[in-house]
Amino acid sequence: MDNFWDMKAKEIMQSFSEDKNYEKWKKDVLDPWNKKTGYTDKPRENSSSMLIKDLYMAGDLPVDAESRIGNPGEYPFTRGIYPNMYRGRNWTMRMFSGFGTPDDTNKRLKYLIENGETGLSIAFDMPTLYGYDCDSKRAEGEVGKCGVNVSSLHDMERIFDGIDLAKVSTSMTINAPAAILTAMYFVLAEKNGTPLDKISGTVQADILKEYIAQKEWMYPPEAHLRLIRDMLTYSTEHVPKWNYISVSGYHIREAGSSAVQELAFTLADGFYYIEMGINAGLNVDDFAPRTSFFFNSSINFFEEIAKFRAARRIWATVLKEKYHAKNPKSMALKFHTQTSGYTLTWQQPLNNIVRTTIEAMAAVLGGTQSLHTNSYDEAWALPTDDAVKVALRTQQIIAEETGITDVIDPLGGSYYLERLTCEMEIEAYKYFSEIEKMGGILNAVKAGYLQKEIADTSYKKQLRIEREDDIIVGVNKYVDKDEKPINTLKITDVAENGQIRSLEGIKKKRDESKVSRSLENLHKAMEDDSINLMPYIMECVRNYCTLEEISNVGREIFGEWKEPKIY
Amino acid sequence: MNGKNQKYTEAPVKVLLAKPAIDGHDRGIFVLAKAFRDAGMDVIYAGLLPTPEEVVDTAINEDVDVIALSLLNGAHMTAFRNVMEILRKKGVNDIAVVGGGIIPDEDKPALEKMGITGNFGPGTPLNVIIDHVRARAGEIRKLRANEY
Repeated sequence: MDNFWDMKAKEIMQSFSEDKNYEKWKKDVLDPWNKKTGYTDKPRENSSSMLIKDLYMAGDLPVDAESRIGNPGEYPFTRGIYPNMYRGRNWTMRMFSGFGTPDDTNKRLKYLIENGETGLSIAFDMPTLYGYDCDSKRAEGEVGKCGVNVSSLHDMERIFDGIDLAKVSTSMTINAPAAILTAMYFVLAEKNGTPLDKISGTVQADILKEYIAQKEWMYPPEAHLRLIRDMLTYSTEHVPKWNYISVSGYHIREAGSSAVQELAFTLADGFYYIEMGINAGLNVDDFAPRTSFFFNSSINFFEEIAKFRAARRIWATVLKEKYHAKNPKSMALKFHTQTSGYTLTWQQPLNNIVRTTIEAMAAVLGGTQSLHTNSYDEAWALPTDDAVKVALRTQQIIAEETGITDVIDPLGGSYYLERLTCEMEIEAYKYFSEIEKMGGILNAVKAGYLQKEIADTSYKKQLRIEREDDIIVGVNKYVDKDEKPINTLKITDVAENGQIRSLEGIKKKRDESKVSRSLENLHKAMEDDSINLMPYIMECVRNYCTLEEISNVGREIFGEWKEPKIY
Repeated sequence: MNGKNQKYTEAPVKVLLAKPAIDGHDRGIFVLAKAFRDAGMDVIYAGLLPTPEEVVDTAINEDVDVIALSLLNGAHMTAFRNVMEILRKKGVNDIAVVGGGIIPDEDKPALEKMGITGNFGPGTPLNVIIDHVRARAGEIRKLRANEY
């Protein structure tokens, strides 16, 4: 029997009709031309292994194109979630930043604000992402290398020193210890005298994609999911402008998936979180509007734009038809985009500026709400000030010089794009059905199904590059014999040593009896699944318990996690 | 290549793939695992987040020819060095170590000096890496043959 997803896929397939005009043109015009010029066409496919036709015509549109596509700001939001899109306001230019000590990062944030950045986005280092302090044995050599180190509230205070939390929105890319970093941000606002209903931002907190792709976890899935539930319900009550999750396809794509796998796996994660909120007793319209998304924008221009549009249409359809949302805001999928790190080459790094520009344009033409553009030197190291500035300027040029923002969804109605959007949808629905048959996304993740799908796609892609079926300029074609080194950002051990000394100082100054009492209270609360942990974690944070101390309470209770073997 | 005996003496190259730090970037290492396997090697993957000690223990227990280390998180100078020091402390000199990841040029001489070769960056063709691993395994096998 067909499930909901199978029926949705069928519905779209049935809206396609035979295109007699194309057949006639091919027979009368194209084939004779190719014969005359001696041209042999070869099949073309995109990252999602879809065969791409040589020409798209009116007959490629679904028969019910008008209602299927709809209008901007209206269900099903194919053409964008706001009526005026960038005519009203440009997307938020939000550069993912963080390195070295909190002071280094504070300087970088202020530099970006001065240069016209409109939202903050914090990158944390590996120890922070895995819930280890800077002085942990496991953190050796990693402090400040991939992002900023945060071992206690004190570090958070330094990152945001001189920045008014009521005036900026902040996105934090943190997942396993998301509840702790969120608590730090909330407590920081409290200490600065900013009421929680005035702060806005997003915490990534999407743990499912960690098991699928980014591989940064502390506990088994159920424990992390409980913490997400607690963040969801706490913010629903106290922090109305806080997006409790950023359901992320970015990392799924970077780990090697195709565009359609990114689309399908991300939305499947999103549906899980919606069900989690409903199961926690909330009304879907009370929290669905604060569910945000984060996608990758890679190099196949039209495929990416189609992916963004398909994401919006699927989300709207499923929220309305399956989860019975009533508020249009619950159905409107809002998302952040980052250009693809994978497509950046170490070879001839300046070419990366061009790649990033094309990917950024795809994000804008796909209707993104905020955007991070990668810097050209990121296949070498974390970016320098100069490289970051070029990346930010790329967005500003698109926004203010090109005229791309003058018209809402300027590509809407393109035969190719609309057809591709439909085909993306169909393939995504097939994946949802597959996942449901496996007993849902959590089971599929535990079985390693999605991880294996991604690894297979990634290997296939690599073999295509090796065979030169896929060209990467400067890597397997137009290769330079001598690559000249470029100037890169260096992060020395000074950051690590400085952080360790700073943490020592904090530990000396804090009230140890408060520390142990708040950790004990958290321990007790964790043992009872019905208790919301956020107030307890916030109390630990207030007393300068460290990230690792708080994380360890969970490690004791929930245990650790070993990934399923996919190789 | 012909004759049973020769096949017996030429057991497949055995390689341990490992990321000896807290680094979840595992796209490259899975590509390599599949590529090494398709090249006829016997491949073991250490799983995520092993400590350098665990990497060395696995390499010894599994009797591998080559340890292939990968890090993309900037911790290679510390983590790779730790692996080499543990090998030295345990008196292991018949396992080759190769490296790769996001490794700045200026770090490469120091890694080579530690005995870590290859140190391949993004965009390196698979066959270059495979050939290098085979060559290093060949050296190791020769060394072992002379020792025993």
